[in-house]
Amino acid sequence: MDYEAIIGLEVHTQLLTKSKIFCSCSTQFGAKPNQHTCPICLGMPGVLPVLNRDVVEFTIRTALATNCRIAPSNRFARKNYFYPDLPKGYQISQYELPLAMDGYIEIGSNETKKRIGITRIHMEEDAGKLIHGENLGHPDSSYVDFNRTGVPLMEIVSEPDIRAPEEAREYLLKLKAILEYIEVCDCNMEEGNLRCDANISVRPEGRREFGVKAELKNMNSFKNVQRALEYEIKRQVQTLEKGEEIVQETRLWDVNSERTISMRSKEEAHDYRYFPEPDLVPTVISEDWIEDVRSKLPELPDAKKERFVREYGIPEYDAGVLTSSRSLADYYEACVRLFPNPKIISNWVMGDILRELKDDERGISECPITPGHLTGMLRMIEDGRISGKIAKIVFEEMYRSGKMPDEVVKEKGLVQISDEGELLIFVDRVIEENPDMVEAYQKGKTKLFGYFIGEVMKASKGKANPALVNKFLKDRLDCNV
Amino acid sequence: MKISKEEVEHIAKLARLEIDEKEKERFAHQLSDVLNHMEKLDQLDTEYVEPTSHILPIHNVFKGDEIKEVFPMADPLSNAPQKDHGHYRVPKIVE
Repeated sequence: MDYEAIIGLEVHTQLLTKSKIFCSCSTQFGAKPNQHTCPICLGMPGVLPVLNRDVVEFTIRTALATNCRIAPSNRFARKNYFYPDLPKGYQISQYELPLAMDGYIEIGSNETKKRIGITRIHMEEDAGKLIHGENLGHPDSSYVDFNRTGVPLMEIVSEPDIRAPEEAREYLLKLKAILEYIEVCDCNMEEGNLRCDANISVRPEGRREFGVKAELKNMNSFKNVQRALEYEIKRQVQTLEKGEEIVQETRLWDVNSERTISMRSKEEAHDYRYFPEPDLVPTVISEDWIEDVRSKLPELPDAKKERFVREYGIPEYDAGVLTSSRSLADYYEACVRLFPNPKIISNWVMGDILRELKDDERGISECPITPGHLTGMLRMIEDGRISGKIAKIVFEEMYRSGKMPDEVVKEKGLVQISDEGELLIFVDRVIEENPDMVEAYQKGKTKLFGYFIGEVMKASKGKANPALVNKFLKDRLDCNV
Repeated sequence: MKISKEEVEHIAKLARLEIDEKEKERFAHQLSDVLNHMEKLDQLDTEYVEPTSHILPIHNVFKGDEIKEVFPMADPLSNAPQKDHGHYRVPKIVE
């Protein structure tokens, strides 16, 4: 029997505010433990939280960028549970009145476009960090660092519209691109400022009712999300095929064994007794506020991609890659401004540059080759100062040392030889040294021409101007017939 | 409304309270009485009354996004019963 997977994702993102959501402590990562704390985030008796306006603003921005409806009024609620990383005994979150709902983002290319619905977006506070005993002294203790407590989070819940692990990955990448474009989150899954949980069930193809779902947690990279979902689909289908039933439960992805593991122990506690947070007043979002935020939104990934296709005449696929991050798109456009040949630039950026960066696990902002470097090199090719082949060497050297192209060319003596006298020396030498080949060529084996070109290039260590070599070789070889 | 002994046990567990059998019976009674008393409010016609989560007619109380030391704390751990390596130390949490 064929099965279909039904997947919904819950994404938590740390917002890029300077201070925490309900107090004025710093959100800076990497401080000494418990230094960014105060009576408010530590949940001391008698303190009052006050909402950080930028948290609301960032969430409105996200709501607009994901086509959501913004509630005219929203409020916070207390989610009650005990855990040592939660000093108050409750998390301030939103429950029945979130800030935004009913949005969508689009995945796929123009032909395969698909909408993934967004159920809701709400604001909440992060919990602290727990370090378990063996890593810090007593094996029978846990250690708590409250620096992260109260860092603003935005939870983005998707509709169960995702049908395959690959779609889940596409959705996450698109969401990440949008959040980066609008500068609300760094979106680094490995560093935990973007976290993803998944709800997943399977059903026989054609059936309408949903199957029993499992909740997957602990997937800390885009690759892990995809792998965990792939594993979980297999597990659920096998369970059903054996005639057994799926248990509704939370399962953890275990990177080492590449399996999901049941954590049934926690189920009992899932009774959060939400109630409206009495310490915070409702937030009312006016049309004026919404329009103000909308007017400041940057061009979003989909719009930029369409514009790249239209304005630069590059294929949709290229435009998709180049606009997958705002900094990459900016880099590309800076290059095009300096050297208005969008296709050539797209080839270099998508090929050599992205390959080098991927090998070094660097982002475009850390690329040693600036738009000035790259376009300077392209201009040297255009002016005939270096050949395309030499350009590869120049590129490698620029990437390695960060030196400008003319400097590299001068230092390594890579200037293209276009001087007729110099080139003819190479051409004549090659002809002299290969009398048999010349004879064969002149008797009609014209395919040998490429061999002569290769020999001349080799003799000149790649520096000969290929177009001129072509011309001179032809003159010499053909006139002797 | 009647609160059962099982509900009392569940609530006690969520609140991490340890109570004995006699207390369970007593609290079940008392909680039922409290809820019955509150049910008197159901007699009021509230059709045109908005659900109230705040009694003050104010909204949008914000702070700016600034880092400030509002309440200087020389040592955030000074009241901790157990501490180590700059952390609060608690009994081991097993997932």
